Parts: sequence; C-alpha cells; structure tokens
Amino acid sequence: MLRLEQRQQSSKTMLYLTPVLAVVSTMVVGGALFLAMGINPFDAIYLLFIDPFIDSYNLSQLFVKASPLILIAMGLSIGFKAGVWNIGAEGQFVIGALSGGAVGLALWGSTGWWILPLMAVAAAIGGALWALIPAVLKIRFNANEILVSLMLVYVAENLLAQMVQGVLRNPEGMGFPESRNLARNDPTSLPDFFDPLGIDAGGVVMLLLLAGAFFLLQKHALGFQIKLTGESPRAARFAGVKPGIIIAVTLGISGAAAGLAGLFELTGAAGKLTIDFPVGYGFTAIIVAFLGRLNPIGILLAGVVLAGTYIGGENAQFLLKLPAAAVTVFQGMMLFFLLGFEILINYRVIRVRRAA
Amino acid sequence: MKFSITLAAAAVMGLALAGSAQAESHEGPVKVGFIYVGTVGDNGWTYQHDQARLEVEAEFGDRVETSYVEAVPEGADAERVMSQMARSGVDIIFTTSFGYMDPTLNVAAEFPDVVFEHATGYKRADNVTTYSARFYEGRYVIGEIAGAMTESNKIGYIASFPIPEVVRGINAAYLGAKSINPDVEFKVVWVYTWLDPGKEADAANALIEQGVDVIMQHTDTPSAMTIAEDKGIFAFGQASDMAAFGPNAQLTSILDDWGPYYIERVQAVMDGTWESVDTWDGIAEGMVAFAPLSDKLPADVAARAEATIAAIAAGEVFPFTGPINKQDGSVWLADGEVADDGTLAGMNFYVEGLDGSLPN
Amino acid sequence: MDFSSLSPVAMIVLLIGAATPILLAAIGELVVEKSGVLNLGVEGMMIIGAVCGFIVAVNTDSPMLGLVGAAVGGAIVSMVFAFLTQYLLSNQVATGLALTLFGLGMAALMGRSYNGIRPPRMPRLEVEGLTDLPVVGRLFFSHDPVIYGSLVLVFAVWYFLNRTRSGLVLRACGENHEAAHSLGYNVQLIRFGAIMFGGACAGLGGAYVSLVRVPQWTEGMTAGVGWIALAIVVFAAWKPWRVILGAYMFGGITILQLSLQALGISISGAYLSMTPYIVTIVVLVIMSADRKKASINAPACLGKSFHASH
Repeated sequence: MLRLEQRQQSSKTMLYLTPVLAVVSTMVVGGALFLAMGINPFDAIYLLFIDPFIDSYNLSQLFVKASPLILIAMGLSIGFKAGVWNIGAEGQFVIGALSGGAVGLALWGSTGWWILPLMAVAAAIGGALWALIPAVLKIRFNANEILVSLMLVYVAENLLAQMVQGVLRNPEGMGFPESRNLARNDPTSLPDFFDPLGIDAGGVVMLLLLAGAFFLLQKHALGFQIKLTGESPRAARFAGVKPGIIIAVTLGISGAAAGLAGLFELTGAAGKLTIDFPVGYGFTAIIVAFLGRLNPIGILLAGVVLAGTYIGGENAQFLLKLPAAAVTVFQGMMLFFLLGFEILINYRVIRVRRAA
Repeated sequence: MKFSITLAAAAVMGLALAGSAQAESHEGPVKVGFIYVGTVGDNGWTYQHDQARLEVEAEFGDRVETSYVEAVPEGADAERVMSQMARSGVDIIFTTSFGYMDPTLNVAAEFPDVVFEHATGYKRADNVTTYSARFYEGRYVIGEIAGAMTESNKIGYIASFPIPEVVRGINAAYLGAKSINPDVEFKVVWVYTWLDPGKEADAANALIEQGVDVIMQHTDTPSAMTIAEDKGIFAFGQASDMAAFGPNAQLTSILDDWGPYYIERVQAVMDGTWESVDTWDGIAEGMVAFAPLSDKLPADVAARAEATIAAIAAGEVFPFTGPINKQDGSVWLADGEVADDGTLAGMNFYVEGLDGSLPN
Repeated sequence: MDFSSLSPVAMIVLLIGAATPILLAAIGELVVEKSGVLNLGVEGMMIIGAVCGFIVAVNTDSPMLGLVGAAVGGAIVSMVFAFLTQYLLSNQVATGLALTLFGLGMAALMGRSYNGIRPPRMPRLEVEGLTDLPVVGRLFFSHDPVIYGSLVLVFAVWYFLNRTRSGLVLRACGENHEAAHSLGYNVQLIRFGAIMFGGACAGLGGAYVSLVRVPQWTEGMTAGVGWIALAIVVFAAWKPWRVILGAYMFGGITILQLSLQALGISISGAYLSMTPYIVTIVVLVIMSADRKKASINAPACLGKSFHASH
C-alpha cells in the first residue's frame, strides 16, 4: 500500500520537476482524448504546447493574452495570502475600464502625454473603489467578501451595458452600443514596447508591479503582516496588526490591479467599450494566482503557459478541426495535473506494509 | 508522424500562403474560414451560420475546405484568429458578428490577398464585404400573424440588448401587428443576454402572467417556445425551426438562411469574380425564410401572411413606409415615404405606439 | 401602470421554478462546505448534470431516470475534485475553478449531437381536488416532483446535520479536522463523501434546467447558476433553511424585475437586471450586521487541506 509522508523540507528538485511531470501527463491523457476524437494527437499537442512558444506570430501575441491575467493574478495573490477572498476581479476589471475609459472619452479631442496616465490613475482608483465596497461591508458589517465581490461582477457588467448604450456611446457609431475606439486615437492609445512578445506599455507596468509585489511580500513590513494575517489571524492580532487595515489594503490593491488591467485591455487590445468587453480574465486570473502558488514568479510562468494554450487552442480549432470544447477540457486536465502533482514537492510517496 | 507535425507547423507558419484570390480563378480547393462569436451548439445565431457552412461543404464537396473557430471574443482575440487563418492560407473568411468589424478591417489591410466577409457591419474595404439580412421583413410578417391571432391584444417580446437590429425588429413587428389589429399592445422585456435559457423562460412566464397570448423572441434558445407550449399559447421561433419544442405553439419561425449567400460568395472566389459589395438581402433573396406556417392558423390569416411574404419579396410592400411617427409623436416618415437603409441600420428609437423607453 | 395585475400567487409559483436549480446546487454545496471543503466547481458539475440528465432521459424516454443519471454524472465528475483535494491535497479554490472549466468543456463535447431535441416531459404532481383549490391549489399543489423533492432534501440535510451523529461528525471535520481525526474519524473519506453528495445535488440542479425548466440541451445553458448557488450558501450563513430563503429571494427578485418590465415600467432593463445581485448584498449586510443574532457560521476549516501525519 502506498502512502504519503511529509518531507522535512520542500524538495527543490520536485519544485521544478512537477510541472514537467504534469505537462507530460497532460500530453499523454490529452493525446488519448484527441485520438478518441479522431484527431492526430501529435499535431494537436504540438499546436497546443509547442507552437505558441516558438512561432514568431504566436509569440507576438503571448503577452497580449498573458498580461491581463498576470496583472490581475498578482493583485489577487496579495489578498489570498492574507486570507481575503476577492473573487470579483472581473467586476473590478470592468469598472477600471469604465472609469479610465470615461476619462479618455471626456477628454476626446485633447492631446497630451498626460492623458493616458490620467486614465490609468482613474482606472486604478475605480477598480480599487469597487473592491473597497466588499472591504467596507466586511469591516463595518461583517459581510462575507466572497459573496459581495462576486455579486458586484454582475452589477458591473450591467452598468457597463447601460453606459455603452448611454453616455459613453460613440456619437458616430450608427447607434450601436459601443464607445469610440480608444486604441485608434493617439492620446488614448497604449504604446507598444516589445512587439516580438506582445509586451505593450501595460505589459511593462505589469512587470514593474510584479517586481513591486515581490518586494512587498519579501521585504516590506506590510507584506509580513499580510502573510501573518493569512497564516494565523490570531498571532497577527497579537502582533498588533489591524485586520481591517489588511482587508482594505489587500482588496484595494487587487481592485486597483484589476482596474489597470481593464484599462490596458481597453486602450490596447480591445479598443472599445462594448457589452461584450469582459471575457473572463478576472476569473481565469484566480487560477493563475494559485497555479503560480501566489508567488510573483510563479504567476508570471502560469500566466504565460495558460495564455499559450489559449492561443494554441484557437489554432488547433481551425487547423485540426478540434472543437473549442475539447480545448477547454484539455486546459482543465492540464490544471488538474499541475495542481495534483504539486503534492510531490512537500510529500514523498512511500510504500508501507500493512500490519498483519 | 514527424512529417505531420512539420505539415501542421508549415500551415501555422503560413509558408503556404494562398495565391491571389481576387485576380484569377482558383486552383485547388478553396479554403473557407469562419469566425463564430458563440458556440456551434448555441441553438441560435452561431448554429445557423454553421449550418450554412455545412451547406457550403455539401455544395462544393472536395472543391472546398472549411474550418471555423468558435466562441471567439470580439477584439484582440478575433484579430489574432483572423490573422492566423489568413496566414494558414485561407482564401475567404466569414466573420459573423458585428463586434468583429474593426478587427476584420485591420486584418484585411494586412492580408490584401485574402477576402473577408463581415456580417452585420457597415465598414468595407477592397477586400472586405459586408452582408446582413433584412430580418425586419420577417418580423413584419410575424407581427401581422400575431396581430391576427392575439385575443387579449397583448403581444410579448423577449429582447436581448437594445441594439439597432433588435430595436428594428420590435418596430417592424409592431407595425405589422398594428396594420391588422389597431388595438394591439406590445410588452417588451429586455433580458440583457443572448443565451440564458432560464432567464428567457422567466421572461416568457412574466409576460404570460401579464395577459400576453403570443410571444416573439430575439434571443437564441427555444426556451420561450417550450413555455408557450406548456401554457397553451402561441409563439414564433427565432433563427431556426423550433417546432420540435413547440409543436402546437409555433405559428412559424423566421429562419436565418445564410447558405445560399455563402455558396454564392465562395463560388465567386472560385471563379475569380469576387468583389467588395454591400449585401442586405431579405425575403426576396431567401436569406430571410420561414418555417412552415402552423395549421393552427385560420385560412385567411395564413393567406394574408403568404400574400405579405410575396408582396415583400416582389418589392411591393416595405415594412417601414410612412406615415410613421417616432414614439414621441414627431414625424419620422411622411405619407408614402420609405425608410432609407442608413436610418434602418442605426435605428435606436421606437415608433409611435410602443410603450417603454430605450436607453440613451 | 397597473400594479394590481401582478398576482402574488403567480409570482410565487414562478419564482419557485426559477429558484429550484439554485436551491438544489446550494444545498449540496452547503454540505460540502460544512465538511470543511470549498468547491468552486458548482457551475461545472451542474452543466455535467444537465447534459447527463438530458442524454439519459432522451435515450431511456424517462425523465426520472434522467434525474438519476444527472446525479450520478455530477457525483462522478466531483470525484476528480475530491481525489485531487483530499488525497493529493491540491488547492481547493484553483481545483474547483479547474473543475468548472473541465465540466463546461466536457458537457459541450458530450452534448454535441443533442441539439434541437425535446426530451420526454416531466409530469406535474397534481392532486385531484387539491390542485383546483383557489390560491392554495396553485401555491402548493401545482408543481413538478423535483420542487417538492428539493424541499424534502433541504429538510433532510438539516436533519442530518443537526440531529444525527453522522452529521455531527461531518460538521466536526469542518470545524476542527485535527480533533475529528484524533477521535478516529477518517476526515478525508468523510469529505470525499460530502463532495460527491454536493456533485450529485449540483447535477440534479443542472438537470432541473435541461429537463424540467426549459427542456432542451444548449451549450452553456446553466448560464452562471452555479455561481449564484455558491453565493447563496454564504448568504445562508451555512444554515439549510436559509438556503431556501436565499434561493427564493434571488429567484423572486429576478421574476419581479422581469414582471415590472412586462408591466411597462420605465426604468432601464440594465438597471433592473442588477437588482437581484444588489438586493442579495443588501440583505446579507443587514443579516450579518447583527452580530448577536446571526453569528458568522463559516466552518473554521473551510478551504484548508487535511493530511493525517500519523
């Protein structure tokens, strides 16, 4: 009989080996699935796992897809470390885009380098305020933040729908419910930075903030308080940490990050506010945060891998006639394997003989 | 297997770019790509486009290769998928949602040898055509039928989002109903989703409680039809024939029939005669069609519906013909005046007689 | 506008139908969370239930067998989550979200040839004489069997958790898994069972949508009900009877806002669509603010992995 025994120390080897094991397992099981569907498994796995990371066009799209995921996940991870469960990043993403976008649209026709930074500030504030609603309700009224943040996603989406039909509608848009195109207007368009990987100015900000998060968690007293609150709320209280402050700060940070991501998506990849602007980055980012083990470098890697499978999945759909659903199943399996194999880092498998 | 990998790679890397599709007639199979906003199992909009894709395959057999990507978000994702398709050597790409408008133009500018067909938009280029269907013609017809069939004089309308396409449909149906039955009243419920069977059913139930006895919908799923069948009232199907879900309830259904158009455009690529046009076809061309009229319709109502269909097809009847006032009573169309396509395309106001307000 | 045409009886009948999928999924998730496990995969398990129930019902021509199939399907897919979180100690939040992704994809693959088919009808339970009574008849004797079943299920869960020894053990696993373990209980096995029960309930909730509420199969047809169910468990402060309150309130506001539109109220539909979510938040705040009355009932070990080290 096999059983698990806790290791004295986390295994460094396994830290690097488990993702490989997971990917190989995904290839084997996913390959079997594709074979069963009558699709060449080697082609499919090539397109899903390898091509996104070697083909130059695919590479140029990698961070277009990964940046928002990583930025949101970075913000969320700080809250998760403190045991604060913001699952409404999707709503904060929308509100960030709405508030930043509103500023850009209000200043339509003006020029100046300051417009885009101003929009970014508005987006961060908008996202943070939206996230502070669950924070305040939790601190003041004891209301559970999981519920409040989740419900506010739907509120934000309906608010967006209302705005794009109303005040933010493009006056030259033939009556369609969408805003002007902010990415096609110099003062509000996000500049590119490193095209071969699809890193734009938003991607640069994302990377800087990721470094900031790393510093915050590793070196700063606040980071220590956050981690302590998550690991042992009681110890944190004895150490003089005010739980209300931690809740407000962590939700504020995650909301601001999601809001910024929303603005970057708006002024870069999407261009317009439309009813269909939110596509689920806020939810996928939760997976990215945990897949990266709430660690900034881990989040970076997790975001890139997931983004790669999205891009590869699209290609596999039209090159191999793989249904979108099969790609989703494949991604789910990959996540299962990645999450499951993690156990080998802190545990070892030993064989025990059953006592007679 | 190495070989097949290389093949896939070559395809993805776009080593095998297609020859000019516009200039000369085509050699080898024409590659046709489709970008779908929903999934092929959505029972509505995307499902109908995919049925048309299958018609293209059936028509041309080995002479075409079709492929699609489903559930593609509008924006950067759409642009990437179109680029990838173009690079893989696809000759003609149908982009089947309004939100693909800007991405289609951007990608089309990068790939002048690939031709693009964008559904329901208004921006064109040398290699970008727009096409849409005059579904409002169909809605005018079902409005007439509804006006004749309602006993409570209350007709329910389940609407998705207040976009011009949907508003135009409500107006056309109302005018149709009103032309038969001056006492008719429309009750519109906005569900703010295209696909949520539960909410569509709730909306249908709420309408029935308010005394509605005929339901129309502008959402994807056959939910309202199943409710109408249960409650013993009438309803009209949307996009596809929904008689299976409401054998007694369905009076008819407006069908999105993209097949003939897609076949024609692919043929044009084969012949080297493709050029950029703006198509807005209706009943006459067969893009808007009807499921068989229910045998529940009295003979005179059915005859009247057939006559209207024929008259619209013949260009003798235009649903938006004056005198028509806007909801606020201001004159929109003078007596005998026919609405121009530009106003129809961007329609965001109700006609006189409709209750409720549109967000502005 | 004539508000008198809003019949309370009719609205209650409608809201019960709208709320039942939420209720079924939420009562299952409540048991899961009471055992100390947070499974965010409700939406994925629901849609698997919706498609399994549909396939079984169509092929056997029996909606009842469809419900059984849905429960089995939901339970099977939840076992993936149970195995990963209980025996491989994977993170529950991430695994639950992965389960949602997996479930949505798998359901779409399974249902590919089931578009456009109407499944066999679920009969209503009508009692001769009673159903025809005014008001009472429509309120209490006009529903389908699943609605009665869902209420019985809530009572059964309440009884199990609060009146049986096994229920006490399950709650102990959620409050203090170390203590439960040292008393000799197999925490992982108990949680495994709870997760499967949650999967079966979510599956039933999904099948209620695809077989009873809107008999059809459409990809993505649960349209986020699983997420609402998760919120309702929190709303209910992990108390079974309050799950009924939460689900019926949410369903009720949805019906109310659609009915107001049908009445012709001149408020934008976008604002009206927000109301169920806002009302849920407001009511939660009111109930949570009174700390004496409504103690925060969250299981102490919710979301934490347990490994028996000895």
